[in-house]
Amino acid sequence: MTRRTRRSRASHRLAAVTALAVLALSGCSSPGSGSPSGAEGDAVTGTVTVFAAASLEQTFTELGERFEEEHPGTEVAFNFSGSDSLAAGINNGAPADVFAAASAKTMKLVTDEGRTAGRPDTFVRNRLQIATAPGNPHGIRSLKDLTAPGLKVVLCDRTVPCGAAARTALAAGGVGLTPVSYEQDVRSALTKVELKEADAALVYGTDVRAAGDKVEGVHFPESAEAVNDYPIARLADAPNPSAAKAFVELVTSAEGRRVLGEAGFLQP
Amino acid sequence: MTIMPEEPAKTPGTPPGSAAEGLDAHLVVDRGTFRLDIELTAAPGDVVALLGPNGAGKTTALRALAGLAPLTSGRLRLDGTDLRRTPPESRPVGVVFQDYLLFPHLTALDNVAFGPRCRGEGKAAARARAAEWLERMALTEHAGAKPRHLSGGQAQRVALARALATHPRLLLLDEPLAALDARTRLDVRAQLRRHLAAFEAVAVLVTHDPLDAMVLADRLVVVEHGRVVQEGTPSDIARHPRTEYIAQLVGLNLYRGRAEGHTVRLDAGPAVSTTEHLRGPAFVAFPPGAVTLHRDRPTGSSARNVWHCAVAGLETHGDQIRAELTGELSLAADLTTVAAAELDLHPGAPVWAAVKAAQTHAYPA
Amino acid sequence: MTTGREPPRTARPRPPGRGVPLALLVPALLGLAFLLVPLLALLLRAPWRSLPEQLTSPAVWEALRLSLLCATMATALSLVVGVPLAWLLARTDFPGRGLVRALVTLPLVLPPVVGGVALLLALGRNGVVGQWLDAWFGITLPFTTAGVVLAETFVAMPFLVISVEGTLRAADPRYEEAATTLGASRFTAFRRVTLPLIAPGIAAGAVLAWARALGEFGATITFAGNFPGRTQTMPLAVYLALQNDPAAAIALSLVLLAVSIAVLAGLRDRWMRTV
Repeated sequence: MTRRTRRSRASHRLAAVTALAVLALSGCSSPGSGSPSGAEGDAVTGTVTVFAAASLEQTFTELGERFEEEHPGTEVAFNFSGSDSLAAGINNGAPADVFAAASAKTMKLVTDEGRTAGRPDTFVRNRLQIATAPGNPHGIRSLKDLTAPGLKVVLCDRTVPCGAAARTALAAGGVGLTPVSYEQDVRSALTKVELKEADAALVYGTDVRAAGDKVEGVHFPESAEAVNDYPIARLADAPNPSAAKAFVELVTSAEGRRVLGEAGFLQP
Repeated sequence: MTIMPEEPAKTPGTPPGSAAEGLDAHLVVDRGTFRLDIELTAAPGDVVALLGPNGAGKTTALRALAGLAPLTSGRLRLDGTDLRRTPPESRPVGVVFQDYLLFPHLTALDNVAFGPRCRGEGKAAARARAAEWLERMALTEHAGAKPRHLSGGQAQRVALARALATHPRLLLLDEPLAALDARTRLDVRAQLRRHLAAFEAVAVLVTHDPLDAMVLADRLVVVEHGRVVQEGTPSDIARHPRTEYIAQLVGLNLYRGRAEGHTVRLDAGPAVSTTEHLRGPAFVAFPPGAVTLHRDRPTGSSARNVWHCAVAGLETHGDQIRAELTGELSLAADLTTVAAAELDLHPGAPVWAAVKAAQTHAYPA
Repeated sequence: MTTGREPPRTARPRPPGRGVPLALLVPALLGLAFLLVPLLALLLRAPWRSLPEQLTSPAVWEALRLSLLCATMATALSLVVGVPLAWLLARTDFPGRGLVRALVTLPLVLPPVVGGVALLLALGRNGVVGQWLDAWFGITLPFTTAGVVLAETFVAMPFLVISVEGTLRAADPRYEEAATTLGASRFTAFRRVTLPLIAPGIAAGAVLAWARALGEFGATITFAGNFPGRTQTMPLAVYLALQNDPAAAIALSLVLLAVSIAVLAGLRDRWMRTV
């Protein structure tokens, strides 16, 4: 092992500690309990631990309940957090069965370490929309409209996925936009629009959908350049491989896609 | 029992109401279960002592005069002006607090200059005035000192200078000597007496120490349980205590005179031998218990102070008898009932009174 | 060693009863370790090799400059309104004072992000007060440096108020009375007597407030947003760096730590010891 990777492992360990702290604080049951020793294909029982991107919280919670109904005797333990810190946690040995990331890039961090079982599947995609106040009072129809003088636009910081996607889309449209703020996450960008502090924000379609009638979404063609793939994978060290497999199957099933589609996710 | 203000510094107790000048107050303060209700009048030049046990309401009275405690009712006039609605900062009143409360972050000079500054004088003028006051108090060399570097006596004088620098028409002193040790106390008391004697307006001091009250004040107002129980000159009060508290308080024979070495020649009366060696105006004091009485002139006794007197009155205090004597010297003597019987004391009976020099206490006036 | 010998401890005389009891020493050292070990870990895991590269980035210095500026202005603002507030709480008696004191400390328990949302609701472009500021004066506070100062003041001022109020309660109110009898109005007495007397307490409170403002994150990013050079203070830069470059985040944290230690140590020497 080179010194370089050791150092990066070290910093990831920091993130893993954070992830575990979150896990403990959110009251998830300890993973691995009741894990069967049998091979894949055995009866699905016990606890399945799912590390999932924060943007999947609503849909995956719903799918988790469905999973527990379909497989009596099972329990789904979720750890919703930023994809980056989840990936760091997995790479540092956090005991998880399934990882669902909000970007191919973060999934790659885990596959590079050889910690997935098989290839990850892209199960949904997400596209940016322009979030405006209800009724779109400033008549925003395109990315260009965002550069109107006096218009206050917030973007996500480039260090978070929605910010990176916004940069890509703006570059693709050739739009030079100076926002009033680079927000730390989608939620806070949306809050600024909901409270009418900002006139518009670039966020994911699912976030617009989740915000209900507090914001209105405007589609724009450049978002095609910044589509976010959501990959899901079973993990090589999964304590409960059979349940992991069953959970991934549920997410990628027609039923799973229906639930995700209702939340605004696009089919891959 | 005699206190002899035989050389009054000024005419005490100008009757109230005769002039608009001076203090005319009826202080009523209700504080829960405690009620203060006292009349207090004084003419310019008077020094009045509020004397009483702890919790009698003396300090409350002083705070009411200063405007630091609100009056429940009553009246408060100073030089004819009603002060009841006047906030403390606008009253022509100076206060020397018990522990002086010199501002610790200011020098002695700036402490004294504080009042003139607040009353609108310029910085330079206020400091010049303060310097004069410090000079008068013999504190010039300490002008630049912070209060924590001053001795108790010096701090007391700075506090007095600070209060006087605003030219108050009413000077209030709260236990002015209580914070001092016994040794400093004598000097400071004498100095304070001189400064009060020179003060042209009304001075009211609060104390629980009868000696302080009698040395410093022309008139005593004895306060107990928020009421005035007795009022008068120190000698009046000492001669005719009307409560047990006062009788205990004034357990001293006190005289004023002129010291010449080990002898103090009293202003009216004989000389008293003392152990202290002094020159100039002085007080001599001794407790009634130090007086021995004899039917015949004592001979061969070590007592050099012997006076021929007559019994003016007798009072029982517990198992003691206090004899009031007149004659060469007016004094009070305490003796046991047995001794009184043996001497056949009765009003008008002649008797010799003796006091050992070692039992007297002389100090500068 | 023979039993007849004097025990060695008498050889070095010590005033009796001056030893530190173990029951205090052990928890004290544990507490110290608890506070210092995380900082030590930060130092141990710092990317020392790439540090020079991280620190030469102008963005870092811009964030640092903004942090110091805003924390100082927030402290100044806290002093201007916080000291009088502390005086009011300590020296006057009005109905509901206990409730007011509890309300003053509320920002201490409120999650800062909630504080930031509350500030938006109050002072935002559509806020209860903010809409009038916008309509009458054309002032909008979110996304501005002034907004950062306000957010930091909101979170830091309670530290100052609590500290100064405690000092005022411990100070002898009779000094104010003495000043009053010398002709000082209550304000003059406060300015010329009380203020100098409680200066050490004010300095301590100001240092606490400054330190809290310097580390403020949640209320700032929520109320003022995050824009380099205008509202991006060091804690914001650290947080965002942590998303994808933990090494950079550690480097930034070290800068913030070093600067605050330098400033606090300097202040302590200058202010706290003179009294």
